[in-house]
Amino acid sequence: MSDKNGNNASTGLRLKIGLAEMLKGGVIMDVMNVEQARIAEEAGAVAVMALERVPAMIRAEGGVARMANPKLIKEIMGTVTIPVMAKARIGHFAEAQILQHLGVDFIDESEVLTPADEAHHIDKHAFTTPFVCGARNLGEALRRIAEGAAMIRTKGEAGTGDVVHAVQHMRQITKELRQATVAREEELYHLAKEHGAPYELVRMVAKTGKLPVPNFSAGGIATPADAALMMQLGAETVFVGSGIFMKERATPLDVEHNEKEREEAVSRARAIVIATTHFNDAKIVAEASEQVTGTMKGLAAAAIEERDQLQTRGW
Amino acid sequence: MPETEERIGVLAIQGDYEAHAAAFAACGAETMLVRTPQELATVTALALPGGESTTMLRMLRRDGFDAVLRDFVRTHPVFATCAGCILLAREVRNPQQESFAALDIAIERNAYGRQNESAIVPVETSVPGGPDRADGPMEGVFIRAPRIVATGPEVATLATRDGFPVLVRQGRILAATFHPELSEDRRVHRLFLEMLAGKPPESSFGEPSLP
Repeated sequence: MSDKNGNNASTGLRLKIGLAEMLKGGVIMDVMNVEQARIAEEAGAVAVMALERVPAMIRAEGGVARMANPKLIKEIMGTVTIPVMAKARIGHFAEAQILQHLGVDFIDESEVLTPADEAHHIDKHAFTTPFVCGARNLGEALRRIAEGAAMIRTKGEAGTGDVVHAVQHMRQITKELRQATVAREEELYHLAKEHGAPYELVRMVAKTGKLPVPNFSAGGIATPADAALMMQLGAETVFVGSGIFMKERATPLDVEHNEKEREEAVSRARAIVIATTHFNDAKIVAEASEQVTGTMKGLAAAAIEERDQLQTRGW
Repeated sequence: MPETEERIGVLAIQGDYEAHAAAFAACGAETMLVRTPQELATVTALALPGGESTTMLRMLRRDGFDAVLRDFVRTHPVFATCAGCILLAREVRNPQQESFAALDIAIERNAYGRQNESAIVPVETSVPGGPDRADGPMEGVFIRAPRIVATGPEVATLATRDGFPVLVRQGRILAATFHPELSEDRRVHRLFLEMLAGKPPESSFGEPSLP
């Protein structure tokens, strides 16, 4: 079976992963309006994530967090030439259908939004548009890949500006990948059971030592040094959500009317892009860090009760 | 594998630079990643990968890298795919964007549309030797691809999709709007290595149907 562009399931998956490949070594930035999208593109973002409230605001304001209004997504798509991503709720395939219809370049089935299904994630093979999904460990990553995800990102703890859980999840995934590579053939069946992941995928990563799709990092990255840290730990690209455009815990910088606050956002965005490319060069990361004016205040992830964590959504 | 004294760099600011390095490795050629003007000074040929051209341009502006790279691509063997091809073009449209003007083509960004319009299609080519060393069409992986809409007299078209050039050569520059680095078919990377070894240009693939 092939779609309107003549792509079958196999070429379709290669194209989805192919776009993820193009985003490597870059920064994907959350944006809430056209002006933020413009700043992100000018600063060198490889893609923007269009949403109505960044995770820090969702956390502070509470309520049900849903897919952004299509009007906002279309405005942002009309503003920038880089890929535009948008979030759908976990399991909410109708939101995903809308996003695919709008023509977004990537759909994030995200725990940052309020889940719509407590048992099922979206069947991502059913879509032409590629999906990215969050994971905290290898089993979760492989389950999402089995469902058709073309990119995995660590969940971290979104909206905190505290990188500790992004680090924990990246280390967990890379550790479990290493362990799989030294497992004996007959141990792989047991490993598949332990991880709750399909045997074929466990066998594949045991051979290669890496996920079959790009592995990006998200959730609490707020400074150039955070970005360099995640890249050195094995992330291939970083998502920055609240870290660029937030002032106080729930108040964004006013980039539309306040020139000084716009400059502050630009300085953060540029510095994180530079640090992501030159993650191995402390001199350049230091210079980039110096250019930053102000940093998101943040919220220590350890102070958040487990029931209030966003990362525990999805399974 | 042709013998060459060239030291091949892959521009690693952003994009699928690792896929290029792996494709060259599969052809038996070593490469090094280039992220700074200092690293560029140590190589004699360069591959510009796919990725986001706006991101690459933005990053090249720091530290005077753009001026050094502009000189390099005008004087050294260069292989570019997708975003890399946009950086080399004489003219960039949709929207207009600065570029190194080392390759005499006009190119339109995101010309086929967004990701939903990305496609893997066979492209007609005059470059011999596919995966099983058979001649004939080559796999073209087009991802949010640009389209070459005009070529100068010095530019030879080596492959086409729907009559538009998708692989071109001008002297020591080889450029594709698709991603041979994401295919098993290695003939484009091999062609670049043969160019480095001094092989004369491929014959042009007919006349492109362009103004």
